[in-house]
This record gives sequence, C-alpha cells and structure tokens, in this order.
Amino acid sequence: MARAPLMIDIVNLSKRFGRREVLKDISLGVPKGNVLALIGPSGSGKSTLLRCVNLLETPDSGSVTIDSHTMRFGATASRHRTNSMAAFRAEAGMVFQSFNLFPHLTVLENVMSGPRFVRGQSRDAAERIARPLLERMGMESFADTMPERLSGGQKQRVAIARALAMEPKVMLFDEATSALDPQRVAEILSVMRDLAQAGMTQIVVTHEMSYARDVADTVVFMADGYIVESGPARQVIEDPREERTRTFLKHFHMGKA
Amino acid sequence: MTYQWDFGPILQYWSLFRIGLEYTLGFTLASAIVGMAAGLLLTLARRSGWKILSIPAGAVVEIFRCTPALVQLVWCYYALPVVLGLSLSPATAALLALSLYGAAFYSEIFRAGLDSIDRGQWDAAAALGMTPFTMMRRIIMPQALRRMTAPLVSQVVLQLKNTSLISVVTVPDLVYQGQMVASATYKPLEVYTTIAIIYFLILFPMTQGARLLERRRHG
Repeated sequence: MARAPLMIDIVNLSKRFGRREVLKDISLGVPKGNVLALIGPSGSGKSTLLRCVNLLETPDSGSVTIDSHTMRFGATASRHRTNSMAAFRAEAGMVFQSFNLFPHLTVLENVMSGPRFVRGQSRDAAERIARPLLERMGMESFADTMPERLSGGQKQRVAIARALAMEPKVMLFDEATSALDPQRVAEILSVMRDLAQAGMTQIVVTHEMSYARDVADTVVFMADGYIVESGPARQVIEDPREERTRTFLKHFHMGKA
Repeated sequence: MTYQWDFGPILQYWSLFRIGLEYTLGFTLASAIVGMAAGLLLTLARRSGWKILSIPAGAVVEIFRCTPALVQLVWCYYALPVVLGLSLSPATAALLALSLYGAAFYSEIFRAGLDSIDRGQWDAAAALGMTPFTMMRRIIMPQALRRMTAPLVSQVVLQLKNTSLISVVTVPDLVYQGQMVASATYKPLEVYTTIAIIYFLILFPMTQGARLLERRRHG
C-alpha cells in the first residue's frame, strides 16, 4: 500500500519550561486522513506536544509542518511574527478538555467566531457555515442559547463545531472527554469517530484506550518528554513491546473490541 | 452653646457654588478619561513582555499608588516645573496629577480584570487563529470589561472626592469656592455642610449604581 503524504510532520521538536525539558527531540508524522492517538502518564509531555503543533506553545527548536506550511524554530530560524503564527494556527482546529467556549457569545456566535473574527466574513456568510455544523452536531436547537446553560457534552459538541467552522486541515483533541460524565464520553467519541471516517486527520491526546485502539491508526506512548513506543494502534495497546508501556496500560480497564 | 444655623446668606452665593460644581465635575470627567486611557496604556505596557516597557510602566504605577494624591498634586504644581523648566498652570498641574494618580489605580483594575479571564479563553481564541489584537477586542475585553465596571465606578467615585484636593493649588472647585463663600459670609459651618450635601447627592447614586452592577455580576 502506498503511503499517504504526511499531513502533519513534526521534526526534532524540543521544548523546555525553564530548566525542565518537556519535549526531547520529538519527531513524528501523521499521514493524511489518519488518526494518531497520544497516550502516556500526566507530565509525559503529550499535551505540550499537541500544543506545539498549533503553536499555543512555541517550540524551542525543530519544525512543525501542516500540509505544506512549515514553521521552523531554534537559533537558526528567524523569529515568527505573531500574525504569521496566528495564520498557521488557523490551519488546525483544537478541542480542549475544558471546552473553553466564549461565555459572552451565544452558541451560534461561538461557532461563527472563527469565520467572522479571523477570516473577516460577514455575519450572513459566517452563519451559512455555522448553522449546518450545529445541525451536524445535533445542536441546531441551541443556536441562541448561552454556553453556561449547556451540559458538558453539549458544550464539547459546540466546541467541535466552532473548530470545524474554520475548515481546518487537521483536528487536535486535548483530552476532549476527560471532563465529561461517563454517559457523555461515548457521545463525543462517536463525533470524533465520525470525523475520522470523513477523512479528517487527527491527533488525539486521550486516556480512552479502547478509543485509541479502535479508531486510531497509530498510537504513540510518551513518557518523560520522549516517545517510548509507537506503532499500529492495536499492537501498541494490546501487545506493547516496551516495559514502560505495559506498566502504564495495566492501569486501564478495556472493554472487548 | 446653641448655634443659630442660617443658610440664608449662603444661598446668595449660589452661582459661586455652581461654578465650583462645574469645575469639580469637569475635572472628575477629564481626569477619569485621561486616567483610564493612561491606565490602559500602562497595563498594556506591563503585559507587553518587553522589559523596556514593562519595568518603567510598573514603576510608574507603584510610585503613584504609594504616594498620597495631595503630595503628588503639590509636587506637580511646585516641583515639576522646576524639573522640566517650564511653568504649569494650576489647572494643568491638577489635571496631570489627578489623571496619573487615577491611572495607577485604573491600571490595577485593568490588570486584575484581564488576569481574571480564564487561560482557556486565550487558548481557544488563539487556536482559532485570532491575532492578539482581535483576541483582545472580540474575546477578552468584552468579558473583562463586564467584571471591571463596578471597580471602575468605585474608582471614579474616589476620583471625584480627590478633586477636592485641587483647591490647594487654587483651582476653583467646589471646596475652593466654598472657602471663598465662607470668608465672605463668616459662615463656614453652613458652607461645609452645604458642600458635604452636594458631594453626597452626586456620589450616593453612583455608589448605589456600582453596588447594583456588582450584584448583577454575582447574581
């Protein structure tokens, strides 16, 4: 099978917070349409790595490529202007553990915020993008509701719609189900699964091992700022090669596939 | 021991009080506007991440927060002209001192308001691709302003009371005019009672308004 071209390419990425090295020379690629699950203990650097992909954290060195748009960091690279970093971020949609909906805007306005405030589209044009997305997320009847009145699962569906409204090339999920009630987890996972089936390239930081196993193409296990093991999802989850991966996975109870 | 209160003579000087009131309100308004603008600039300078801006801005805020307004006012009127080698009119010196004094406190209110916005709001706005300016304008400021309204009103109330100090540098505000009336009528008790009532009638609705805003925010 011919390898699909890489949609996300991370090369030799390093990041430190003060003296602490959080990411140590990380390289990984995600082929177009693939889902990569990042797993690992807290403090392993997986969230920082995800935040480096859309430059919410500025890497100290290395490069990040989304599609054909490359940003280089380090002593030899020139400093990036804030506006070019903003343009790069628009290529990736991000969904957060804590939803981070804009509380002063309605559900519809939240979803319209990218097209309107980033792309400068008119209200009407933004609404034509936002309404079908709300419908796709089953949230059309909440268009004029304020976010505070929504349940966690509903908030996350709006957050996903808000990210999709920018028509991103990739989606980044940062523990998107960790703040949800168990009943709501499945509903968000199924939205993420639908996106994957529609061909959206994703990096998913998650503690949902059965989701990683069943939906992801590749699973990467991180610890202490480096990649301990990566490989086909089923193999890494069910038959890890590394002792550290095995120890970590013992903490999770997984349903049958 | 009984004092015969007589407000009759005072009322004849009503036009003097009116001029004083105009000065008091005018200086409050002007110093609030200049002070808020300067305070916003100070806050942005302190948050800029450039030490060349943030350290001086922080120093200005602390100097004006940690010295009395009366001392600043007198210093601006008498000492600043010596330092700068130019003379300031009483009104200019008064406006400068009141505005900068206010700016230090407004800056603190802006800083606290911005800091109170959850980190996730900045993250989410940035992740969508907003530039820092758009983020401030569309996402952060609308939320922060709501939280800052009540403390800003309280600060304007203080600002209005502080204008009473400018009588010291002969700006004819309410207190200065009162002193004029008192020396003309020999009725200082009635004069200061009248002034107190005027201040109260202006400020009481403002503090009640601030309280209402505060309650609506928490309610």
